[in-house]
Amino acid sequence: MYRYDEFDHDFLAERVAQFGDQVARRLSGELTEEEFRPLRLMNGLYLQLHAYMLRIAIPYGTLSATQLRALAHVARRYDNGYGHFTTRQNMQFNWIKLEEVPQAMADLAAAEMHGIQTSGNCIRNVTADQWAGVAPDEIEDPRVWCEIIRQWSTLHPEFSFLPRKFKIAVTGSPHDRAAVRVHDIGLRLHRNEAGEIGFEVMVGGGLGRTPYIAKTIREFLPKQDLLSYLEAILRVYNQLGRRDNIYKARIKILVHALGAEKIAELVEAEWQQMRDGALKLPQATIDAISTHFAPPDYPTRDPMPPQLMAARLRDPDFARWLRSNVAPHRVPGYAIVSISLKPEGAPPGDCTAGQMDALADLSERYSFGETRVTHEQNLVFPHVAQEHLPELWRALDALELATPNIGLASDIIACPGLDYCSLANARSIPVAQHLGQRLGALDRQHDLGNLQVKISGCINACGHHHVGHIGLLGVDKNGEEFYQITLGGSAADDASLGAILGPAVAYDKVVDTVASLVEGYVGLRENGERFLDTYRRVGAAPFKERLNAAR
Amino acid sequence: MPLVKDGALVADAWTRIADDAALPGDGAVTVSFKRWEAERSSLLGRNAPVGVFLGNTDPVEALASDLNRIGVVMLDFPKYTDGRAYSQARLLRERLGYRGELRATGNVLRDQLLFMRRSGFDTYEVDERGAAGFAASMAAVTHAYQPATNDAGMLLRRYTSARASGAK
Ligand code: SF4
Repeated sequence: MYRYDEFDHDFLAERVAQFGDQVARRLSGELTEEEFRPLRLMNGLYLQLHAYMLRIAIPYGTLSATQLRALAHVARRYDNGYGHFTTRQNMQFNWIKLEEVPQAMADLAAAEMHGIQTSGNCIRNVTADQWAGVAPDEIEDPRVWCEIIRQWSTLHPEFSFLPRKFKIAVTGSPHDRAAVRVHDIGLRLHRNEAGEIGFEVMVGGGLGRTPYIAKTIREFLPKQDLLSYLEAILRVYNQLGRRDNIYKARIKILVHALGAEKIAELVEAEWQQMRDGALKLPQATIDAISTHFAPPDYPTRDPMPPQLMAARLRDPDFARWLRSNVAPHRVPGYAIVSISLKPEGAPPGDCTAGQMDALADLSERYSFGETRVTHEQNLVFPHVAQEHLPELWRALDALELATPNIGLASDIIACPGLDYCSLANARSIPVAQHLGQRLGALDRQHDLGNLQVKISGCINACGHHHVGHIGLLGVDKNGEEFYQITLGGSAADDASLGAILGPAVAYDKVVDTVASLVEGYVGLRENGERFLDTYRRVGAAPFKERLNAAR
Repeated sequence: MPLVKDGALVADAWTRIADDAALPGDGAVTVSFKRWEAERSSLLGRNAPVGVFLGNTDPVEALASDLNRIGVVMLDFPKYTDGRAYSQARLLRERLGYRGELRATGNVLRDQLLFMRRSGFDTYEVDERGAAGFAASMAAVTHAYQPATNDAGMLLRRYTSARASGAK
């Protein structure tokens, strides 16, 4: 894991003091709310429906046990005892008091954490594959590059007042778990024909009210040129991105308006002027940062531990969890364990201070002190010895953190919706809660396999509904909550945007309707097909019929 | 507007001439990019210092061949949230090698001063609060990661053998 050096610590201390001073000037009235707004946003502080919300960056989703405990502390000391993991691998605290923010920031800084660039029209916290460093199919660890991008983008003097927010995601595996094609810039590490590793650069993806899948503007970018190329993209965007209409200000609109070829041309022209300049990455820098992400010293472990075999036979609940929540690791004898933050009937992504503390302890005992946050709002222990799986499962179960539903129908992504968000048309959380229970039951009955349901409370699409196999979007119809259903989306390597199935469904019908669509799939599926595969094969017609019958 | 240069309040030596106003016979003047384009040779022939005010969509490259004859380039922040002038500033300094005065004008607030300095600005038209808090704001964050106009930043340097000790 990346550990701060003196420079990082000194920087953050200055930044915390600077924001403390800005908060003081706001409280004294020297700064107007309008002037304060971008300053607080660049430090992760939002003004929500009921209170301030503080968003803490979890760079590329990696947490040490110390950091997890620091989050627990903030939840307990400054909030209502819990936090919320978001779809951008961040943590949000929903009940923070402005006067206490500087102290909370200082507490977090001691654990090498902050809220810098988790909001505002700047380069946001970079996200990555949650299985970085441990996925069996990985070509290269994306976290090295995320850390380099984090440093380059932190308080960037030229790109802190962009037309709009800017999100970058990096994956190092052929199987894309970081949804890179729905980001402003997606970076995919891959090998070219000469066997060298570099980046495919994709630009202009995004969800929100005008969803686009990113376009590739460069097939292969040598690694040492990453920062100069990113700077070229950002410079083109900073100068040409629209500033007259916030709904048209993202780079995806520029890419769509000018065309990917034209953008590629402009970026290339800019890049050629500076590619050999100050941003060219020396190998020494890449190596020095890489050492932070060296794999832990894995003791040799039995790849077929008898206690695992026995537990699996003895306990069907454990066997079920093993099937859904445990994935192969690149080191024999180890496993990647996903921890579901979607117990049936609970708000997706919430975690109590007690759970965070307990998870920190468990991560130290079973995962070399490391936890990851996923964009599906779950957690991961990336390095668990297979022989420890039964005891870890029991410990997680006691914390209500062993729901066996990773990637399954009840592993629903939902935005905060009307419960917290001032922009919402609809309640996302209660729908997720009820739907989770209903789909969980259907899953136990029919073994639905991988099925991604994603819910957004409004067109801003924070719940990524466009890329759900089943997507739900809250809409307002004469003051009542309705849900528009889209089918066929995906954020993975087969990325696609879902298509609207038909008229929106009323709040009290939405759970029944989705259940009926899923039952329809059960009747139509052919051997081993996921919901998405069946939908892509048979098309929308049979699902339309069910929608019309159910609503 | 108070004008800050080298950390101190200074008198403004430049007079801004509106597009429809007559040029004075002597004295340092600044004109819009439009007027510069139309009257370039007479402005340069005036035998007094001349500067140019660039809007956010005016192309900095158009000044390239005249930069050693231009005394000040003024860039505009129509709103402090509009960051286009940061790119213009860096292009002027880093790409075109401009060495003269580079002034931030418009909605220039003290909490953006650090970004401006690192992008190559050296004079600032601030409000009263900006003038009073200038030194404190400029000193708030002395550590920078990325290379920018006046410094190389520490991201690339601190890992290499040519490791620098200071943070500037
Ligand atoms: S999708 Fe809409 S309702 Fe949900 S969090 Fe985003 S802005 Fe709020």
